[in-house]
Amino acid sequence: MTDRARSERRLGWLLCAPAAVAMLAVTAYPIGYAFVLSLQRVDLRFPEEGGFVGFDNYSAVLSSELWWTDLFNTIFLSVISVSIELCLGMAIALVMHRAIFGRGVVRTSVLIPYGIVTVVAAFSWQFAFAPDTGFVNQLPLIADDKDWFGERFSAFSVIIMAEVWKTTPFMALLLLAGLTTIDDGLYSAAKVDGASAWQRFTRITLPLMKPAILVALLFRTLDAFRIFDTIFIMTGGAQDTQSVSILGYQQLISRLNLGLGSAVSVLIFLCVLVIAVIFVKGLGARQPESGRA
Amino acid sequence: MADIVLDHITKKYGDGYEAVKSMDLEIKDGEFMILVGPSGCGKSTALNMIAGLEDISDGELTIGGEVVNSRAPKDRDIAMVFQNYALYPHMTVRENMGFALKLAKVDQKEIDRKVEEAAETLDLTEHLDRRPANLSGGQRQRVAMGRAIVREPKAFLMDEPLSNLDAKLRVQMRTEVAELQDRLGTTTVYVTHDQTEAMTLGDRVAVMRSGILQQVDTPGELYNDPVNLFVAGFIGSPSMNFVHGKVSGNEIELPFATLPLTDELCGAVGDSDGREVIAGIRPEHFEDAELVGDHLGAGVTFEAKIDLVESMGSELYAYFDAGSDHVDKVEQAASEAGLDELAGGDTNQIVARLAPESKAHRGETLKLWVDQDRLLLFDPETGERLRA
Repeated sequence: MTDRARSERRLGWLLCAPAAVAMLAVTAYPIGYAFVLSLQRVDLRFPEEGGFVGFDNYSAVLSSELWWTDLFNTIFLSVISVSIELCLGMAIALVMHRAIFGRGVVRTSVLIPYGIVTVVAAFSWQFAFAPDTGFVNQLPLIADDKDWFGERFSAFSVIIMAEVWKTTPFMALLLLAGLTTIDDGLYSAAKVDGASAWQRFTRITLPLMKPAILVALLFRTLDAFRIFDTIFIMTGGAQDTQSVSILGYQQLISRLNLGLGSAVSVLIFLCVLVIAVIFVKGLGARQPESGRA
Repeated sequence: MADIVLDHITKKYGDGYEAVKSMDLEIKDGEFMILVGPSGCGKSTALNMIAGLEDISDGELTIGGEVVNSRAPKDRDIAMVFQNYALYPHMTVRENMGFALKLAKVDQKEIDRKVEEAAETLDLTEHLDRRPANLSGGQRQRVAMGRAIVREPKAFLMDEPLSNLDAKLRVQMRTEVAELQDRLGTTTVYVTHDQTEAMTLGDRVAVMRSGILQQVDTPGELYNDPVNLFVAGFIGSPSMNFVHGKVSGNEIELPFATLPLTDELCGAVGDSDGREVIAGIRPEHFEDAELVGDHLGAGVTFEAKIDLVESMGSELYAYFDAGSDHVDKVEQAASEAGLDELAGGDTNQIVARLAPESKAHRGETLKLWVDQDRLLLFDPETGERLRA
């Protein structure tokens, strides 16, 4: 390497340094601190009983039935809501892409739910499904006295619905970005080649959108895995509808057991990491297809 | 194999714009037909209507004797080659070429056989398992051709298939396309804006301008016998020179010389003495007077001050001034004929193609000879060619 290249590289690092330091201060430090806390007995109700306890907090969490129930709830909610969002989002993206007139209006109106604060949206849906005051029970085919939040899976369905309603626009927007990169000429070619509309979708659109779909799924799965607001507002975790984030919140904020709560947080972080690695691997595995020499 | 007949085909858009106006064209079975014209002339729209990618607003389209107006592209049995090739980036060359057959549920063994056969013809065998992104421009172009020929369709439709290639490759592929079409004998409609491609490739060439078909003829006929100013100016490179002329008796006064009119031209202009016309002379019908032998036939010599000389090695282009008092009238007629849509429409300058031995020098006066028999005359109002 020449001197000039070396000094340019050093300048590059120097210019990046402030951003890198800021990033580390707001990510690495809290994660590291949570990890340190998770290895100690720190309970604000008993401030005098402290000290290093190794992985005791982790074994306490992992041996509790509550953690596993909550983990199941979280995965269940994530998988179902993200799957529905993917299908709906794809449909909306196709409509937004094809919209000939009023493109701007269509795109804006589709995005409105995403612009509403989650807590507000959760309250709105909770009122809508409330047995006495909500409008949902007034609809035909639905029992007037159905107690949506009184039972685990009906509560789940309302939670999933609210999540889907709110975040599908985000999914649709990410998919739309992928859709616009596909050359229209390919569809003309496929038409001449004899492909029906469905075949054009499955054989041209879907394979070419694979990277965009994976990115959208990654973002939404990570997001869905950390579900908190909607459940907190609607059921507060009752009827076994608690998610892992709510578990962490309860340990940390309600019970003031910082050690145990931090252990839960670190475990959530590890889950998120695993999900991210799986998706990034999936993305990476695709690269050689387009760029093989 | 089939003929394609366009009967009063019209394309009208929602805003009333007519891209193609009542086009009549008969493409014979096995013929290589070129649609040529400047951008926006409606040639691609016409091709897309034949392909079924655009609806036909009015008129009747027949392929192989069947009216196909309302048929989807896939039911017309045509294959198309696109300007940007439109290869499927996620499929290998093999899959790209076999895609149409696969959709038609042809037996996989049969697909493999046909794809390999086409690959052999196009020299693509070693690239069959690569993806389009890893191919050169020329190879992609051949894959696009291959995708069309494996289907053995009734007709090939090609939309500027060579315009994304560099100049050298374009010339090479031009020859290959011509040979391929000749060997397969499949009816082909080929759209281009490049008159050189049109002249070298086609059995016949259809010249279009602003949605209207101007002339359909063999390349030779188009060159020697254009029907109007537009075709005369569009076909040929460098393009034909246009000058203002005034008929007097059986002579015509041009800005640089007075030429006798042939009997045929006398008949064309009638006996209207003093009639104003536009005269067209191709650059190669000038010559350096010193180099003209007796073999070139009757001509007139005159002196011109050379403004610019371009040497191409095998030939030499000399530019001289037409005289500004005539320019306005010619420019007006030329713009009415749509010649300003063409590049380099400097009506002020006349270009003469001379033999490389010519002593033409910039800024010097040169004695030039012009072939009096090759003069073409046009009506300055309509741009139509004047014929007997």
